[in-house]
Amino acid sequence: MIALLMRDLKLAIRAGGGFGLGLAFFLIVVVLVPFGVGPNSGLLSKIAPGVLWLGALLACLLSLDRIFALDWEDGSLDLLATAPLPLEAIVSVKALAHWLTTGLPLVLAAPVFAILLNLPTAGYGPLVLSLLIGTPALSVIGTFGAALTVGLKRGGLLLSLLVLPLYVPTLIFGAEMARRSIEGLNAQTSLLMLAGITCAVIALLPFASAAVLRVNLR
Amino acid sequence: MPDLGKYAEAVLSSYAISLGLIVALVVLSVLRARKVKAQLAEVEARGKTGGKAQEQADG
Amino acid sequence: MSSIWEYANPKKFIATTDRLLPWVSALALGLMVLGLVWGFFFTPDDFRQGSTVKIIYIHVPSAMMAINAWAMMLVASLVWIVRRHHVSALAARAAAPIGAVMTVIALATGAIWGQPMWGTWWEWDPRLTSFLILFLFYLGYIALWSAIEDDDTAADLTSILCLVGSVFALLSRYAVNFWNQGLHQGASVLRAGALAGDTEERVSNVFATPLFISMAGFLMLFIALVFLRTQTEIRARRMRALLARERMQ
Repeated sequence: MIALLMRDLKLAIRAGGGFGLGLAFFLIVVVLVPFGVGPNSGLLSKIAPGVLWLGALLACLLSLDRIFALDWEDGSLDLLATAPLPLEAIVSVKALAHWLTTGLPLVLAAPVFAILLNLPTAGYGPLVLSLLIGTPALSVIGTFGAALTVGLKRGGLLLSLLVLPLYVPTLIFGAEMARRSIEGLNAQTSLLMLAGITCAVIALLPFASAAVLRVNLR
Repeated sequence: MPDLGKYAEAVLSSYAISLGLIVALVVLSVLRARKVKAQLAEVEARGKTGGKAQEQADG
Repeated sequence: MSSIWEYANPKKFIATTDRLLPWVSALALGLMVLGLVWGFFFTPDDFRQGSTVKIIYIHVPSAMMAINAWAMMLVASLVWIVRRHHVSALAARAAAPIGAVMTVIALATGAIWGQPMWGTWWEWDPRLTSFLILFLFYLGYIALWSAIEDDDTAADLTSILCLVGSVFALLSRYAVNFWNQGLHQGASVLRAGALAGDTEERVSNVFATPLFISMAGFLMLFIALVFLRTQTEIRARRMRALLARERMQ
């Protein structure tokens, strides 16, 4: 398992794709928003948590199709499926690798990009915390979507269509938690719900992803 | 025609849109059903002349 | 002797539904015409909402069918996963576009109704928002069906998507509720949820009878369309199988 994780991480770093591209995309989204809504810093600081969450979510989406695509093309996915390791574990490791290469950098970059959007100082802690708790769910749900579309030639667009509605609860609770903390409201419910979704998704969704992958490898 | 008052536009347009969508759905379903039925009949006829009776086993 | 699983045989399904289809369609047409004409021409205006109350005879049944269609797809997907009857998977496929159209109708009539009542076409009200999300789920489901060429693979993948999607759709419903408390309950006296239980209290009988007739009509319409479209899917599948065999020879 650890060997597989290391292999995936190495591949991601060597290819350079996941790391840099996701972060660059996140930055571009954050830069474009003020052009769209105007330079009013009061307004920007108000929408900052939502924009940062949305940017992280889209950046995460961007790299999903790579989770299985390369392994599918060179046939190593078939090898992995016949390996002694259960497919559920493989799927979980893939999701973890995706989170380490995409989700974690986004979480670490978020406070830096938040400066651009005038996020109030009270918001930094909750924002990073909500992203830290929420992005693993994004990776796991995304892995499910990637497993669904792995055999398709034009899977990218379909992948977004399938995955984005599944992201709704995470996005709502994540952004809500950051927003409520900034406004001084009680954010505990959102925090617990967000953590609950992430835990449930990590525990249950790999079974669905593995089932889907088995169908696709048939 | 009942007097719809100032909301006539809202009521009529929602009835028109909904009935339009339902009719479109029904018409499309019926057309596709007919087309597929005809195509299947044609393909089956072709199969019969080829001397295959095995298609019955198809599930 | 006659168990429900007999209808899992495609031939038997087509034969039975062929016999039922005229009746169900006639019933659907009759009930819908009765309910809608009654509602449109012979009910009084609501004292607060004026004539817009007439939209309810479309809005509520279509919203009901939008949810029920998904529920039916969920059951059909489960049957496919457990018992692997092709008719079941194809019925789920046949129902999806109907559900999507019903969702659009519910959303469109809701927006048109909201305009004079709430003063806005679109409000990010929990009920409207969750319907929009439901519509996205329908789109994804339909897109996945049409993207995969192999029938069995497509049936497997879409039924798993339907299961996972159902969980997330429910989750979104609660998330959205939490996110915005909304206008729907407060502003609209005739809320959909109230119809099931405290009908007498919320909607007077003048409105309720044609509404229930219309709901039955929409249900029959759904059943008739599912029969017809499932037949089409069965035939299309059989044709693909025959064509594939022809090519092999």
